[in-house]
Amino acid sequence: MAEQRAAASIEAVESGLAAQGYIASRQIATAVYLAQQIEKPILVEGPAGVGKTELAKAIAAWRGLKMIRLQCYEGLDEAKALYEWKYAKQLLYTQILKDKLGEVLGGAPTLEAALAQLHDFGDVFFSKEFVEPRPLLQALEQKAGCVLLIDEIDKSDAEFESLLLEILSDFQVTIPELGTVVAVAPPTVILTSNSERDLGDALKRRCLHLHIGFPEQKLEERIVESRVPGISQTLRKQMVGFIHELRTLDLKKQPSVSETIDWARVLVLLQASELGHEIVKDTLNVLLKYEADIEVALPQVSTFVAKASRHNVFG
Amino acid sequence: MRENLHRFFRAARGAGVRVSPAESIDAMRAVASVGISDRGILRDTFLLTLAKTQDEKRALGECFDLFFDQPEPAAPAPENDNDEKPEASESEASQQPSAGSPAGQPTEGLGPLAQMLLSQDRSEIAAALANAASAASLSDIRYFTQRGIFSGRILDAMGIQRLRDDLDELTVSNPSLAERLTSMLDALRETVRDTVSQALLLYGREETENLRNEILRNAPLARIEPRQVEQMRRLIRQIARRLRERYSKPRKRQRRGHLDVRRTMRRNAAWGGIPFLTAWKRKHRDRPKIVALCDVSGSVAKVSDFFLLLIHSLHEVVDDVRSFAFSGHLIEVSDILESKSPEEAMAEIMSKVGFGSSDYGNSFDDFEREWMNSITQKTTVIVLGDARSNNLDPRADILRRIAERSKRLVWLNPEGRMAWGFGDSEMPRYATFCTVVRQCATAQQLERAVSDIVATYQ
Repeated sequence: MAEQRAAASIEAVESGLAAQGYIASRQIATAVYLAQQIEKPILVEGPAGVGKTELAKAIAAWRGLKMIRLQCYEGLDEAKALYEWKYAKQLLYTQILKDKLGEVLGGAPTLEAALAQLHDFGDVFFSKEFVEPRPLLQALEQKAGCVLLIDEIDKSDAEFESLLLEILSDFQVTIPELGTVVAVAPPTVILTSNSERDLGDALKRRCLHLHIGFPEQKLEERIVESRVPGISQTLRKQMVGFIHELRTLDLKKQPSVSETIDWARVLVLLQASELGHEIVKDTLNVLLKYEADIEVALPQVSTFVAKASRHNVFG
Repeated sequence: MRENLHRFFRAARGAGVRVSPAESIDAMRAVASVGISDRGILRDTFLLTLAKTQDEKRALGECFDLFFDQPEPAAPAPENDNDEKPEASESEASQQPSAGSPAGQPTEGLGPLAQMLLSQDRSEIAAALANAASAASLSDIRYFTQRGIFSGRILDAMGIQRLRDDLDELTVSNPSLAERLTSMLDALRETVRDTVSQALLLYGREETENLRNEILRNAPLARIEPRQVEQMRRLIRQIARRLRERYSKPRKRQRRGHLDVRRTMRRNAAWGGIPFLTAWKRKHRDRPKIVALCDVSGSVAKVSDFFLLLIHSLHEVVDDVRSFAFSGHLIEVSDILESKSPEEAMAEIMSKVGFGSSDYGNSFDDFEREWMNSITQKTTVIVLGDARSNNLDPRADILRRIAERSKRLVWLNPEGRMAWGFGDSEMPRYATFCTVVRQCATAQQLERAVSDIVATYQ
C-alpha cells in the first residue's frame, strides 16, 4: 500500500499530508514528491517552530511507515548513531563457550595448529548477532522502508556530517568487520537544521534543500483551522492577522507556527470570541518568550488588534 | 529541452548560484519527473534541487524569472500604427490584400527576412530570432563590450544583408513598401538589442564581476575613485569572509605521545592512581591578539580605512583587536569602529585626528605612555603608515621597546620599496626593529599581509 501511495502526484502529496493534519505549501509538497521520485534526502531549514519535525511525522503517518528519529547533539558519534558491538554479550559468550573451545582446540598438538583451527571458525564473535543497531542502521534494515528523521543536524559536529554522506547518497553503511550494509528499501530521509552553523557543501549537495519560512496569512489560517478545530472563523482571522503584524517587529524570537497554534488553543480555552486588547495583553507570554520582546510588543498591541480586526472587516 | 536546461544552469552560475554537475543531473531528473507544464512547479523544482541557501534561492528565483521571460519579439511598429489610428486598423486589414496585390509582384522577389517581417507573424519572427541567437552562440556573451558584435552576428544570421539589398531595390520601385520595411527593421533591431542585453544579464554577470574585482584587487587603495569605494568595501568584506573561513576552524589538536601526568593522575584518582584513562598533552593554540597603529594622514588614510575595516570584520578569527589612529597624535579608535558603520566611523576618526602632518615620534610617545601595557607576549603589533615623519624625531627607541614586548611587529607600508629611505622616510631606521616589513598598497597585498599575520598563530 505504501508503494502505491509513494507514486502519486504533487496534489496527492498535498492532500495526503493534509489528511494527517499537516497543511503543506506547494513548495513543501513538491519537495516531498521529488524526494520520492528521485530518491533524495530533504534538508529542511527554517526558524524554530515552523513544522520541520512535524513534516517528517506527517509523511510517516501518511505513508503508514515507521519513523526512526535521530536527535543530533554535540558529541554524537558513530557508536550512538550507527552501530555498536555488544561487548558484554561477546564476553559472556566467550565465557560460556570456554569449555567448548577447549574441546575443539584440545586435539591440536601445537599452538600453530590450534590457531589455524580457530581461524576456521571465522569471526564468530564479530557477526551480525553481536551488532547493536543504532538509528541509522535500523533505518536501513527496515523491510518496508521507513522515514528517517535526522533532527537538528546543525547541532552535531562536522565529523558526524561526513559520516552521514555515505548513507545519504547511496543508502548504505560500511562496517569494517561485516562489510557494506545496503538498505533493504531506501528510507525517506528528512534532515532538519536551524542554521546554527553552516552545513558542509558535500552534505548540501546530496540533498534537496527546502526552506520553510513563516507561512502566508491564508496558509497559516488553514493550519490553525486544521489543528484547532474549535476556533471561530472571525477569531482565527484576527489572531493570525495579529501575529503577522507582530512578526514585522524587531524581535529576538519571532512567534512561529507552533506558537500560533498554542495561542489559538489558549484563546479557545479562555472562551474568547473576539480578539480584545485585554486578552491579548494577558496571553502575550504564550507568543513571546523573552521579556525584552514583550516590552517591545506591548505598546503596539492596541494598534495591531485594531489593524487585525479591520483586515477582518474587509478581507 | 536539454539544451535549454543547460543554458539555464549556466545562467544560474552567472547569477552566483553554485551548480555542480551532480546537482544539474539531479535537477534534470527532477524536471523529468514533474514535467514542464506548470511554471510554478518548475520554479520550485529548481529552487529545491539547485539552490542550497536562502540567498541562492533568491538569486535563482530572479534568474528563473529573467530566463523564462524572453523579450517580446513582435515588432512594436505596427502596434504603434494601430494605436495611432485604431479606426484605420480594420480598413488596413481589409486593405492589405488589395494593397498587397499591386505590391504582390515585388514581394515575390524579396528575401525571406523581408517577407517574414511583412507577414508580421510574431511567432515566426520569434523562432527565427531564437535560431539566429543560438547560431551566433549568444550564451557565450561575457562582457558588455560584446553587445554590438553579438547584435550584428544575430542580424547577419537572420539575413539582414539580403534585406538591405531588397530595401535598396524597393526604394526605387516601391517607396511606400520600403518605408514600412524600414520601420520594421528598426523594430527588429531594437528587439535584437533587448535580447542581447538580457543574455548579457544572464550569462555575463559572473565574468563581468570577476573582471571588475580583479582590476579592483590590484588597484592602489590610496587612489581609487569615490564611486569605487563601495565596491571596494564589498571586496574587502569578501576577503574577510574568505579569511574567516580559512582560519576559524576549531584548532584543537592533541599531541600524541606526551603524557600529561598531572591530568592523568587526577582523572584516575578513583582507581587508586592506576592509569586506566590516559590524558595526553595538548598543544595550546592562541587566537591572534592584534594591536593596530594606523596612520590616517594624507594618502595613507584610505589604506588605513580599508585595513581597519578588514581587521574589524575578522571577529571569528581574531580574539582581540585594539586599533589606534594617529597623525599628529594618537587615539584609540576600537570603540568607534565597533559601534558605527564604516563610513561614519571613518568620518569621526578623521575629525578627531586627521588633517595633521604626521608625527610618528609624538604618536609613539602617546602610545607608550597610555597603552603600552596592552601589548603582551601574544600580541602582534601592526603599524600601517608610510613612515614619513616630516623630519621630526622618529623615536625609534619606542618602537624597539614595542618590538621587545610583543610577539611580532609587522610594518605595512603603502609606498613602494623604491621610495623607502628617500626624503623624510624613516623606514630603514624603523625596519631594523620589525619582524616583517611589507608593501601594502592594493587589496591583494592587504589580504596576503593579514593572512600571514593570522597564520602565524595556527
